[in-house]
Amino acid sequence: MFSNLSRFRAASAAVIMGLALSGCGYNHIPTLEEQAKASWSEVQNQYQRRADLIPNLVNTVQGYAKQEKDVLTSVIEARAKATSVHIDASSLTDPDKVKQFADAQNQLSGALGRLIAVSENYPDLKSNQNFLALQSQLEGTENRIAVARRDYIENVRAFNTSLRTFPDVIWQTLVFHSKPLAEFTATQGADAPPQVKF
Amino acid sequence: MSDTEPARQTDPPPQRRLTAAAVLVALVGLMLLAGVGASLRAAELPALTGRVVDNANLLSAESQSAIESKLKSLEEKSGIQLVVATVTSLGGEAIEPYANKLFRAWRLGEKTKNNGVLLLVAPTEHKARIEVGYGLEGTLTDALSKLIITNALVPHFKAKDFQGGIEHGVDDIISVLSTDAAEWQKRPDLQKARQENSGFGVLLPFIIVFGVVILIIYMRRKARSGGARSGGMVFIPTGRWGSNRGGGSGGSDSGNSGFSGGGGSSGGGGASGDW
Repeated sequence: MFSNLSRFRAASAAVIMGLALSGCGYNHIPTLEEQAKASWSEVQNQYQRRADLIPNLVNTVQGYAKQEKDVLTSVIEARAKATSVHIDASSLTDPDKVKQFADAQNQLSGALGRLIAVSENYPDLKSNQNFLALQSQLEGTENRIAVARRDYIENVRAFNTSLRTFPDVIWQTLVFHSKPLAEFTATQGADAPPQVKF
Repeated sequence: MSDTEPARQTDPPPQRRLTAAAVLVALVGLMLLAGVGASLRAAELPALTGRVVDNANLLSAESQSAIESKLKSLEEKSGIQLVVATVTSLGGEAIEPYANKLFRAWRLGEKTKNNGVLLLVAPTEHKARIEVGYGLEGTLTDALSKLIITNALVPHFKAKDFQGGIEHGVDDIISVLSTDAAEWQKRPDLQKARQENSGFGVLLPFIIVFGVVILIIYMRRKARSGGARSGGMVFIPTGRWGSNRGGGSGGSDSGNSGFSGGGGSSGGGGASGDW
């Protein structure tokens, strides 16, 4: 009977301590960090999706506009470069790496923009069903990238703010010592997707 | 050098503390400002008053109620929440981020499936968008959304026939959503799962009452051994457990009159167009 009671007391003490810990914000920093990292993987996921669309797009454009070799090769090269830069969640604290990633992707955006611009000159290409479908997919992907990027920026802001503000700063200095995550500087305005005009 | 050193060492701390305090105050102030800004921005978004939120007054009353009943039966059949919204202004924003914010604010679709769709029309800006929740991106693809916009919406909108365009658009969206075999085959399971869910909801009070009765009997036995006698007053809570929890949009309370989002989200799927 007595041992039963003390066991009960121990168990309830453990439960109360757990509740108290989570109640006073112990979980807050790790939660925010995981959220930010998850939204990063979404950013990368959507960029990958764009990269996956490009071979098909290049093939379609090639069929109609062979003479635009320079533009086509610049897209292929930029794609190769962009897909080679990959950041796993643990190196998100390194601003240089994130900048490298962003630069490579922006370069690809630029090359894609030029490709779309020159395809304006080919009426046959512009009315090709396959091209139209690819166009809407590309637009959709650019928009998803914009959304994912905005989410990441928002989550990183929340995480970095929590590291420096009361009361989370207490846990940060006592326990976690987490490094702030790198901001993802979006050059073209994170709010508006780059307009892909065909 | 050596006699100026102590002075320099003692001087900075209060100053630094002051700047630290200033930074803290500034941070708190910024957070407050950000909070106010966010709530202001949230206030700009129209409220989800029903399945058709016609703030730009593009639809007649009959057309609106006809569309509403179509949307309602779609949700009853498939769980998909399709909402039509017309706005007088996008507030200077592009339609894509605006539609995404609106979708997320309204939380369309079931929480676990994210099966919501938003058809947004902004006549002032001459823009329209179909925003698709995560869960339906495979069914209502970007390419299909674009086709619906260019074929069903834009020709009517060009002729200022907003009502006809929206009606056609809604019909097309529903036919895409309901002809996809993979999406449709899942439906019997969904219905079943819901029934099972509500079955448990019906059983739950009995289980609780049973537990309470057992507990009372047990306690009375203990009390009787102590000689005490307790009255037989037993309060059995009779909530509305057995009431029909239809709709089942992710735990949201979707009664007959009130309509609310089920907790779904969107990552920017869909397509937009202009005229």
